[in-house]
Amino acid sequence: MKDSATIAKSGKETKTPNTSSAVQGQTVRVSGSIAVLEAFIAEEVDTIFGYPGGAIMPIYDALYDYQHKLNHILVRHEQGAIHAAQGYARASGKVGVVFATSGPGATNLVTGLADAMIDSTPVVCITGQVFAHLLGTDAFQETDVINITTPVTKWNYQVTDATEIPEVLAKAFYIARSGRPGPVLIDITKNAQLQQFDFAGYKRCAYVRSYRPKPIVRQEYIAQAAAMINEAKRPFILFGQGVILGKAEKEFREFVEKSGIPAAATIMGLSALPSDHPLHVGMLGMHGNYGPNLLTNECDVLIAVGMRFDDRVTGRLDKYAKQAKVIHLDIDPAEIDKNVKTTVPVWGDCKETLPLLTSLIDQKVYPQWLQRFKDCMQEEEKACINAELNPTTEQMTMGEVIRELNDLTGGNAIIVTDVGQHQMVACRYAKFKQSKSNITSGGLGTMGFALPAAIGAKLGAPDRTVIAIIGDGGFQMTIQELGTIMQSEIDVKLLILNNQFLGMVRQWQQLFHDKRYSFVNITSPDFVQVAKGYGIAGKSIAAREELRSALSTMLQHKGAYLLEVMVGKENNVFPMVPQGCSVSEIRLR
Amino acid sequence: MSFTNNNIQYSPAEAGGGGKQEYTITVYTENHIGLLNRIAILFSRRKINVESLNTSPSEVEGIHRFTIVINEVEDVVRKLVRQIEKQVEVLKAYYNTTDEIVWQELALYKVPTDEIAEKVKVERLLREFGARAVVIRKDYTVFETTGHREETDKLVQVLEPYGLIEFVRSARVAIIKASSGFHEKLKEFERTAPGAEVKENEFLGKQDEVFTM
Ligand SMILES: Cc1cc2nc3c(=O)[nH]c(=O)nc-3n(C[C@H](O)[C@H](O)[C@H](O)COP(=O)(O)OP(=O)(O)OC[C@H]3O[C@@H](n4cnc5c(N)ncnc54)[C@H](O)[C@@H]3O)c2cc1C
Ligand SMILES: Cc1ncc(C[n+]2csc(CCOP(=O)(O)OP(=O)(O)O)c2C)c(N)n1
Repeated sequence: MKDSATIAKSGKETKTPNTSSAVQGQTVRVSGSIAVLEAFIAEEVDTIFGYPGGAIMPIYDALYDYQHKLNHILVRHEQGAIHAAQGYARASGKVGVVFATSGPGATNLVTGLADAMIDSTPVVCITGQVFAHLLGTDAFQETDVINITTPVTKWNYQVTDATEIPEVLAKAFYIARSGRPGPVLIDITKNAQLQQFDFAGYKRCAYVRSYRPKPIVRQEYIAQAAAMINEAKRPFILFGQGVILGKAEKEFREFVEKSGIPAAATIMGLSALPSDHPLHVGMLGMHGNYGPNLLTNECDVLIAVGMRFDDRVTGRLDKYAKQAKVIHLDIDPAEIDKNVKTTVPVWGDCKETLPLLTSLIDQKVYPQWLQRFKDCMQEEEKACINAELNPTTEQMTMGEVIRELNDLTGGNAIIVTDVGQHQMVACRYAKFKQSKSNITSGGLGTMGFALPAAIGAKLGAPDRTVIAIIGDGGFQMTIQELGTIMQSEIDVKLLILNNQFLGMVRQWQQLFHDKRYSFVNITSPDFVQVAKGYGIAGKSIAAREELRSALSTMLQHKGAYLLEVMVGKENNVFPMVPQGCSVSEIRLR
Repeated sequence: MSFTNNNIQYSPAEAGGGGKQEYTITVYTENHIGLLNRIAILFSRRKINVESLNTSPSEVEGIHRFTIVINEVEDVVRKLVRQIEKQVEVLKAYYNTTDEIVWQELALYKVPTDEIAEKVKVERLLREFGARAVVIRKDYTVFETTGHREETDKLVQVLEPYGLIEFVRSARVAIIKASSGFHEKLKEFERTAPGAEVKENEFLGKQDEVFTM
């Protein structure tokens, strides 16, 4: 039953069973732990982000013999593991996988689960749990992980018997990736990991009785939507992450091009359509572009594709697009009418609904209407963009850093952002040529996301340049993951935009709290020295003359590199739709 | 450069007319551990008080039925029901106003046997409230009755002067007047690929009437 392959590193004979006989209809006796790893292989998992501990030791023991098939990345904190898995999933379109131990290991995952839940990221987390007979006894490192994680998982399940493992894991992967994706957590008691059972092979799951990943597409709604689009005078498309999650970029582009309708992205939708597409009119929302916000309240038909009308997008709801008929394409029926009342709901996967819609609409152009967006853009350039991208101030702006970066990457890099002003500036100004290039924590706004997510993104898209853009505050939230970069030799570029403040909060304190700067003044270590301690090369610059060469040094450096750019301390991100205001009350300065 | 932010308003998303009223939510689920919590937190997350909750096996083997009563505005109930139905292990969720259902609650009353035997005309009591004695012992008697809240409450009042020892009422169970049961619906679910006749959004055209995906 032993596999003859040996692991080069250990020189030890492996204990991986020959499970191919199971596939041929016989059973093989394996442990629950091996069944977990076999499930991963069947699901084409190549990378696991994890951290070991008592309750998951049997799985790690089994993993020892699977190192040639599964690449395990040892992180420095479980939050790092799950953010890395998210970054991996977002960059690759595949499911991210995490291992953590019971108790503190599992609770450290909660922030990442909440983040993956709200941003619909497919992740499967395996947590170890105390022996089944100890459940509920306050055993060492026992926490009620299932109940703690219920609100932040699409599905979770506790395994106490190894025979359940193949089926439960198949279900986990299926649920995580299908329909509207999301995080799944499987908690496996230690006895189940150790238990030997007759493994009859792994069957991928394609159906769960009570679960409908996609609502059925209804032709009559497609027809109604098409008729409405064909009659529209000033139609406007809003697109979101649903286009990327549905892998429907091509279908979306065809829809946009045939319809001739101007289209704007949510932050999560950025890169689904190339930034320089002539019908891409910019970004929506609180820090989005002027035209898309203002003209939302002037369009006659609003077509929302795979976006959920988040309040950062809509501003004040009772003054949002009241004049418009709304067509909403979404895979999740619970999103229809949740925030904005829909005139025609086009339920279904947009990969299926978009081509149906495209076939029924007329080929059109709206030159005057499109011109309105261009005029707005000119106004915005004058009022704030020019000063941000080509500043005359002595200190550098975040915007000019992004402008130079665009120049050097040609819009081909994956940009991973943390949360704050730098995130908004990067999302506003970074250019994207291809999909899955903008990875950020949108719905939860989790500071500390970018560093680990960039690690995952690089592993998920090894051929692409991955640049993490992080604030001086957020960098210190998961700074320990520099250790992961060091150990696993991950080639990520870390660009820290240091304004010596918790900038986004400071901006709000300036604008809404009479400049009462309450605990936003944050000091930082010498980041370059810290990186050096981890064997990561780096540089810090404060002068504009050095910017371009420093950025290109970073990009050309083989391996990880940290570049800190000192920027203006009290710069603000504009335009801005102040919280509680209508999108048409957007302020340019 | 400063602007005030005092126009923040709570605007319930397009509140769909009408004030709070009693709704009965019926949920068909797989019989899995943890599902009660998964459903319950959908209410607590929105700070909605559950007035009554019953869960038990349905007429279909392996399928559980929840009956949940809340007081809310319809718009909130509709969204809540969609969130319930979205849960992986939930097959179907409906909501109904009180006049769309037939409902009952069961109540048990424990009273001292001697008091009751002496002072009350037991027979009359039983007839009036449709109650029956389920246990008669020397020291106490347990009556049982079913009915609406007011009816079971009334019997509490009647029995109180006679030394009512203990009273308990079950959660509501309800039958939807217009429902044709779950056997047929389940067959649709058991098809790996839903057939064309599965009308997942049959009520979208008349969204305000009823939501059943
Ligand atoms: C500091 C900060 C500021 C922010 N400011 C802004 C801002 O100015 N502008 C902005 O846009 N965002 C902003 N955000 C992000 C915001 O909070 C939301 O995360 C974002 O708007 C959500 O975008 P979305 O609806 O496209 O994506 P998601 O939240 O991922 O929603 C995707 C939608 O697509 C649907 N879907 C999934 N798959 C499919 C499919 N196959 N077919 C059809 N539909 C599908 C889903 O059901 C869901 O409704 C900000 C965040 C932070 C932290
Ligand atoms: C975990 C977490 N804590 C707090 C916040 C609130 N918050 C949002 S932006 C921000 C400031 C971020 O500062 P920094 O990382 O320096 O980035 P900057 O805004 O200066 O670019 C804070 C504290 C958050 N989003 N996440």
